Amino acid sequence: MTVERTCDVVVIGGGLHGLSAALHLARSGRRVIVLERWWVGRHASGASAAGVRTLNRDFAEMPIALEAIEMWHGIAKLVGDGCGFTAHGQIRVAERADQVAALEARAAEGRRRGYDNEEVIDRAELRRLVPAISPHCVAALIARRDGAADPHRTLKAFRLSCEAAGVEIIEGCGVTAIERKGSDWRVRAGDRAFITPAVVNAAGAWAGRIAAMIGDVIPLGHKASMMIVTERLAPWLDPVVSAVGRSLSFKQSDKGTLVIGGGLQGHADLDTLKSSVDFVALARGARAATELFPSVRDVRIVRAWTGMEAKTGDLLPVIGPSPGASGVYHAFGFSGHGFELVPVVGAILRDLIVDGATNRPIAALAPERLMTIKAAA
Amino acid sequence: MSRELDGELGIDLIILGAGPAGMAAAVAARKLGLSVTVIDEQPTPGGQIWRAVDTIAATPHADILGVEYRKGAAAADAFRASGAVYEAGAQLWQIEPGSTSGFRAFVTRDGKAWTVTARAVLLATGAQERPVPFPGWTLPGVLTVGAAQILLKSARQIPAKPVVIAGCGPLPLLYATQLIAAGGQIAGFLDTSPPGRLGRALPHLTRALAKASDLWKGLGWMQTLRREGVPVIRHVAAIEALGNGRVERVYHRTHGGAEAMIAAETVFVHEGIVPNVHVAMSLGCAMAWKESQDCYVPVLDEFGETSLPGAFIAGDGAGIAGATAAGLRGEIAAIGIAAKLGALDAAEAAAKALPRRRQLERELALRPLLDAMFRPRAQVFAPADDTIVCRCEEVTAGTIRAQVKLGRPGPNQVKAFTRAGMGPCQGRQCGYTVTRVLAAAEGRPAAEVGFYRVRPPLKPVTLGELASLDTQRSLI
Repeated sequence: MTVERTCDVVVIGGGLHGLSAALHLARSGRRVIVLERWWVGRHASGASAAGVRTLNRDFAEMPIALEAIEMWHGIAKLVGDGCGFTAHGQIRVAERADQVAALEARAAEGRRRGYDNEEVIDRAELRRLVPAISPHCVAALIARRDGAADPHRTLKAFRLSCEAAGVEIIEGCGVTAIERKGSDWRVRAGDRAFITPAVVNAAGAWAGRIAAMIGDVIPLGHKASMMIVTERLAPWLDPVVSAVGRSLSFKQSDKGTLVIGGGLQGHADLDTLKSSVDFVALARGARAATELFPSVRDVRIVRAWTGMEAKTGDLLPVIGPSPGASGVYHAFGFSGHGFELVPVVGAILRDLIVDGATNRPIAALAPERLMTIKAAA
Repeated sequence: MSRELDGELGIDLIILGAGPAGMAAAVAARKLGLSVTVIDEQPTPGGQIWRAVDTIAATPHADILGVEYRKGAAAADAFRASGAVYEAGAQLWQIEPGSTSGFRAFVTRDGKAWTVTARAVLLATGAQERPVPFPGWTLPGVLTVGAAQILLKSARQIPAKPVVIAGCGPLPLLYATQLIAAGGQIAGFLDTSPPGRLGRALPHLTRALAKASDLWKGLGWMQTLRREGVPVIRHVAAIEALGNGRVERVYHRTHGGAEAMIAAETVFVHEGIVPNVHVAMSLGCAMAWKESQDCYVPVLDEFGETSLPGAFIAGDGAGIAGATAAGLRGEIAAIGIAAKLGALDAAEAAAKALPRRRQLERELALRPLLDAMFRPRAQVFAPADDTIVCRCEEVTAGTIRAQVKLGRPGPNQVKAFTRAGMGPCQGRQCGYTVTRVLAAAEGRPAAEVGFYRVRPPLKPVTLGELASLDTQRSLI
């Protein structure tokens, strides 16, 4: 006979969004159990470039992203550790004069909507902030309060804070079924079962499968984004740099390593969990890096990997209550840019579960927008 | 999941490594009509045992290195005449299987990267010295015996001042005699074989007598040391390198508790060699933990084919067995590859392989004895808490042990939390130690704990070298 445990919230997924939800809920007095199929941070959170970025986000995400950046500036108060967060800005470089107008239009649109986090800077200011940038770059868009953090330190801090707040994290525990039990839910994980009024679906690339268990058909693909980490170098780069028209995200970590991403795709299989780097594709990222920063040609790559993460059709996350399954809340599909949103997503879920509603603007991120088949009421 | 390579398979066989196994395989494969490209990172052939044999064998310096070394010259000559394409000074940093067949190898040399595709691949990457962490092992002046031998072979360099040699197995003894012949001085030879080894080895003696000549050779080396008056301390259980900014003295303690200090500025350590399995692991080849050798060995069929069809392994990378066995395994693999590619039928392959298998069996006769006699002492796998285990990131054994609180993390989780294994050596210096420390702390066997996931690049490649692979025109 299956032993059934009861609690107030089951969070499915031990990545950063699951941990953030668990933390906020536990601090509001809820008994939370996190069910993680492998181990905390095994997939997207552990392979993240950890860019803390509001720059160039889809405006649908901007309000919550702006709240999150302020939370990052106080992250030590939230999770008891600085998480390696530094805020030297995120910069999007224009290499050619004909790319500048687009940056100016973007900044103007932001201001029109009431956001003032992005501004255009000229070549002189760009070279002052990024002395090593190739001289052919002409201008840039900058978000000065943006930055980057250390993904493993962040995972550790969120995990320890969760445990200190009384969250129970069960690893090696994959959810196999979810069914109704009266007005509650029974979440099954093999021969274990958990009875709870509230379920958070933070299952990353596998969240579509979890959603299907409660009748929500939300199409979900996955990305296999590749990353490069180099040997350690003396510090010479503060901001995080991307470039118009290139798949490149380039930063120097607090350890001195260069962390180079940008969305070039390798190969990943969600079922076998095998991923592989496509070096022929990755060569384009290396070329972009050496063209923007000529001084890095002789820097050695120490490792490269391909991460596995969720991707939605519109590249926006799914955050909100299930339209058909009351008591189930979705928080997934961050499509390669979820790291910065971690602190606020937990607060949003706390609002939804504890207060029954949130003032934080998430209407544009509702699950319904992606669902063509509504679950039966 | 990977790219389809069928339309672009350039040649029959890529051989990785131009040591005894790689060279013999190239010669044999060419005789069987296969097109072969050999990739090796050294400027000349020979691997480790016959390093720089091209230039050294004809000189008086070769006398110091011994008669086994000269055998390499004939092998190198045959290799150069074989017609194999020989990419010397080229580093392989990635190899991937095609989605249905074949392999693509990524290579760099002189700042440029390129790819080679082939229908089959033979890994002949040999062995590496087992990492031996001990207090002070990261001080300048501490090297491995293998490194010392490379300096002797390729640059005729010996230390100016008396050295301490500490270790176990044939290599420290051989090097000690070579050093003496070259005019070097030994302040102390610390034999770390634990007591009772001969007793453990005796059951293997009858089989070993098939290679009795090798046994005599080993005894001869020890006599040379005694004759030269080298202080030999047996059953050393612990060593420490001490000094201010570099080694100045070496502390040692025997199994029986006797302690002493030797003044020395250079220490050479060696606790056996283990197969180089990095490339095989990156390809996902099945591995087996070999308890008697405290290491992983690839799972191979009788021709040396791995669990990945078309990927073969020969030489010490298949299992430590020495240069002659490596050459035989290389030939047997070449026969197997030729059969797999349709150049031989099964009966022909079996017939050609048979005399080589018989010779190989005689070569392998000594192995169980050597394995038992030279098994590293337990202290090699149980460094004290404050000993650095990951040299690249300076992570201590204590930090690794501290990760084992709740749950039983494997090496990959520990890597994420401590950065152990994230440095340029890509886990080659710390992998086995981390696995064994976790196994001991968690009370489970090393084979269950596993090893780091090996991620490319397999050797550091620069951003510029990787960029040179990209053939698209720049936007600017």
